Amino acid sequence: MARYALRLAALGYLGALLVVPVGLVVHRAFADGVDAFVAAVTTPEALHALWLTVLIALIAVPANTVFGIFCALAIVRRRFPGHGLVNSVVDLPLALSPVVVGLALVLVYGRNGWWGGWLIDSGFQVIYALPGMVLATIFVSLPFVVREVVPVLREIGDEQEEASATLGASSWQTFWRVTLPAIRWGVAYGVVLTTARALGEFGAVSVVSGRIAGRTETMTLHVEERFQSFDVTGAYAASVVLSLLAVATLLAMTLLRREEA
Amino acid sequence: MRPLTSVALPAARRRREASLSLGITTGYLSVIVLVPLAALVLRSTEDGAAAFLDAVTDPQAVAALKLTFLVSLAVVLVNAVAGTAIAWVLVRDSFRGKSVVNALIDLPFALPTIVAGLTLLALYGPRSPIGVNVAYTTAALVLALLFVTLPFVVRTVQPVLLELDRDMEEAAQSLGATSLQTFRRVVFPNLFPAILSGTALGFARSLGEFGSVVLISGNQPFRTEVASVYIFGQIESDNVTGAAAVSVVLLAASLAVLLGIGAVRRWATRHDG
Repeated sequence: MARYALRLAALGYLGALLVVPVGLVVHRAFADGVDAFVAAVTTPEALHALWLTVLIALIAVPANTVFGIFCALAIVRRRFPGHGLVNSVVDLPLALSPVVVGLALVLVYGRNGWWGGWLIDSGFQVIYALPGMVLATIFVSLPFVVREVVPVLREIGDEQEEASATLGASSWQTFWRVTLPAIRWGVAYGVVLTTARALGEFGAVSVVSGRIAGRTETMTLHVEERFQSFDVTGAYAASVVLSLLAVATLLAMTLLRREEA
Repeated sequence: MRPLTSVALPAARRRREASLSLGITTGYLSVIVLVPLAALVLRSTEDGAAAFLDAVTDPQAVAALKLTFLVSLAVVLVNAVAGTAIAWVLVRDSFRGKSVVNALIDLPFALPTIVAGLTLLALYGPRSPIGVNVAYTTAALVLALLFVTLPFVVRTVQPVLLELDRDMEEAAQSLGATSLQTFRRVVFPNLFPAILSGTALGFARSLGEFGSVVLISGNQPFRTEVASVYIFGQIESDNVTGAAAVSVVLLAASLAVLLGIGAVRRWATRHDG
């Protein structure tokens, strides 16, 4: 009896908090028919926003993947001064407000920032342009590959790497042939998490982008802009596109977890 | 002791490679994370300590910070209970579709926060089909934060519960303990470090949350404006000192929570051994 009550409470909580609201938005996005939905997601602004979101992810995710693997190797395999500091700084983006992240970037790369004035005079605009949005996205999605790869590296140990080095492999060969194959599922899981975070980032990008429709507006910014302009169908339609990406993420996570196990 | 084989690599080459990966790691972290945060801290005190204090004691800022901390505290208390219960159902119960429910737990993580806010507004806002309208109230804030922080406690408690030895519970029950006593005396002490660190992660996340609250909370100063929304408003109205000062308060809180989680983890591993 108690078991069923607990099950019912847990599922009811998830239903009221997650399932019903998301279902309702999907329902409302199609309330005016499929044609209205298609029209809303194929406006020039919406298409540009989708393209920009994908472009930013295409830069930020590979950058964080390469960094994540190097950083995990440094944390697990090396002892160096400041080891503890690196370990904590990596987690910071998880706990920091995205608005604070945006502001911090503006204070360095904005017109009145440390390097911003010089960069703008050299013809390179960071804030209110693509580079700033990429930096903000890299910042917020930085920890995931590191956090997924570190425990895998700890678990596999370094005997095989040592053996490969003894047999005369260069460290580059050892990395490609021994280390990377052993950590591949951890890396893949981290990449999925990084991609989800990159596609969905809102606060930090909102601060650094200037939110110019058709120019510096990502998909999430487009959702807000449509909503504030009382175009509810447009906002819901763009939300459905982002929700589909989220569901794809969940599928990938589930498949990878099965593969790892 | 390191195996003899490591001698096989010339020491100089080893050092060079080590310094390359270290150089990349620290360089990347500095440019992306540390330099901007240093700029933030320096900017907040640029006009002197008095200006910093003025900025963080501004009544609107104080109200926003107070609301943020109180709501986050309420949210994580609910999370501690609901998250543990959900983890329990996912590990100990069995029913059809459990793997779907398990995958759904990560939805708040995968779904962009602005979409989360919009979906909650659709069901619990002015056009609610069930007649529940909490938009632009503190309840709406709580709802949005419960949504985005849902995975934290579930995902930290779940693995511990999976590993937990059932023998102890059976021993307690065969010695005459009721199931409530067994939970309180045997299961709960084992889960406590995980609940605590999941709760702390959720708390840190709540303190800084922006996307999911911005549409549903109404952002009324002194009533439903949280710290991140306040900072955003100050940036928009060009009060950079005010924005930076409140940001530094949030940054300090995040750091404190992270250090606290580290301490809990060290304490938990010591008690394991």
